[in-house]
Amino acid sequence: MSAPAQNPVLRPGFRWRRALRRTGSLALGAGLLSWSLLPVYNMLLIALDPEEGEIEFDGNLWTSQPSLDGFGAVLTQQARYLEEFWKQFGSSLYIGLATMVLTVLLGSTASFAISRLRLRRGSLLTNAALLTYAVPASFLIVPYYRVMNSYGLLGGHWAVIAAQVTFAVPFSLLILQLYGQLIPTELDDAARVDGASALQVYFLIYLPLMAPALALVAIFALMLSWNDYLYPAVLLSVRNMTIAVTQGQLFSDTDAAWNAMMAAAVIYVLPPVLLIFALRRYVAANFARREVAA
Amino acid sequence: MPVKTIAANLVNGPTDAVLPTGLSPPTPPLRRRLNRADQSWALAFVAPYIAVFAAFFLYPLGYALWMAGRPSLFEELYSDPRYLPTVVNTLLFVGLGVNLKMFAALLLSGYFVVSSRWRRVLLGVFFVPWALAAAQACVSFHWMLIGPEGLVNGLLRVLFGIEGPIWFNHRWLGLGADILAYSWKWLPFWTVVFLAARMTIPRELYDMAELDGAGGLRRFVHVTVPLLANLYLVCTLLSALWALGDFVTVYLVSGGGPAGATEVLATLGFKYAFEVMQPELGVAAAMSALPLLIPVAFVLMRRLAAAEVAL
Repeated sequence: MSAPAQNPVLRPGFRWRRALRRTGSLALGAGLLSWSLLPVYNMLLIALDPEEGEIEFDGNLWTSQPSLDGFGAVLTQQARYLEEFWKQFGSSLYIGLATMVLTVLLGSTASFAISRLRLRRGSLLTNAALLTYAVPASFLIVPYYRVMNSYGLLGGHWAVIAAQVTFAVPFSLLILQLYGQLIPTELDDAARVDGASALQVYFLIYLPLMAPALALVAIFALMLSWNDYLYPAVLLSVRNMTIAVTQGQLFSDTDAAWNAMMAAAVIYVLPPVLLIFALRRYVAANFARREVAA
Repeated sequence: MPVKTIAANLVNGPTDAVLPTGLSPPTPPLRRRLNRADQSWALAFVAPYIAVFAAFFLYPLGYALWMAGRPSLFEELYSDPRYLPTVVNTLLFVGLGVNLKMFAALLLSGYFVVSSRWRRVLLGVFFVPWALAAAQACVSFHWMLIGPEGLVNGLLRVLFGIEGPIWFNHRWLGLGADILAYSWKWLPFWTVVFLAARMTIPRELYDMAELDGAGGLRRFVHVTVPLLANLYLVCTLLSALWALGDFVTVYLVSGGGPAGATEVLATLGFKYAFEVMQPELGVAAAMSALPLLIPVAFVLMRRLAAAEVAL
């Protein structure tokens, strides 16, 4: 038998160290878990509360009789502020999808022109576009209100769509150009030799090969518009309101139907969460690429 | 010219062997000829975005600068007793919020980089706040911290038997809640960014450092930190930019209360514009952040441009 004392794994105190490390790691894990889920749990707690009216939640850690009344009231549009739930949900969806389609369209055409057709001074345009992020969107809301008014768009869905597209495209340009570097330009040249026009190269070569990056850009744009609060709150008329804005009422009105409002919030935040989890591997891979870019 | 020759030119560039010596003006290479025709196509392809950029970014930006152009606005702003506390709040929100969050993200990325099934599951859960819409999450934070009825005070009562404060009745507690909610929302995103960066560090570097007798802390300080320093700086600046423009957290967590004591510039500008109907003053409040904004954006652009060249 060899001397166990010489083996570093069996050094005295190692067991203790390992146990300590395990406990620490477990404690950190538990801490992270509760940190991440506490506000989510709070949403569910209030949404599952059976009653409405007064502030029902009173510091209890669990409701005695969880019920789905809140969710029912939302789905049947019975609760106050939520009489038009499905219409508002539709507004959110319409704005999100339009933002998504337009961002993909504008982002792909512009990045095609800059990186494949070698637009002169194209990189200048990319940099100018990135300037959009140097000014926080919230600082521009007041002039936006005025400008949209002068365009005649104020109150309608297109005012918000225009704003979201403006803020989504620059990042898309960056992603598409970085991804585009992976596709050899010889493909374009070969097609051109065979007599393809720029338009054909765009539709038949560029778009199909860029599909993964375009999907990422689409999700980014959809999330941006789905999760925004300020622009729809200011630019939309009452008739065209989205769910996200209605949720803001929950902040100020203490007489709101709590369970229903929180149930609506749970329903609203669910689609992006499901989307993200469905595409997690994909997103993680793209994060890696983004990091390389940075 | 036969197609084969054109293709050869494309790959190798026109060589003397291919060009017949008799022709005096050599035809321009295909690429250049195409390029000329392409420029008009390229312009057609970027025109829609340029139109959108001009109509929905440059014009509103110019409009903002024009609205805030009157110097008397800033005197008016300065004489408002709410303004200076708001500036202090903004600096604290950005300075504390961003730095604490980024440092925590750097440390946490080290926790998640050790691969095990449990940590991967945990990472998935940890990612939930990022996917959650900010407005709804902030409303949840507001009611969680509302006072004796809130979940947090309920927890404090059950776990430690103490009566928690009414968070939004104190300036610093309210601002702290804002910072906490903001960190909660964005910590996962930055953790994953640093995690991806750590994964690109070759394992051998750590092994060699360990062979040389470096413990965990020294490996972190002498291997991880130098390699991630540039990324860390860029991310911190970007995050500062975003935090400066963050509206929804303060608006929906503390609501700027009590009595406007936790406002930041973004919410104060909004309230000037849409609650007391002084839009010019609102824009001026936002624009007064420019002295902070411009250097950050400038350094960020320089760093990003340098990174692009290196790529």
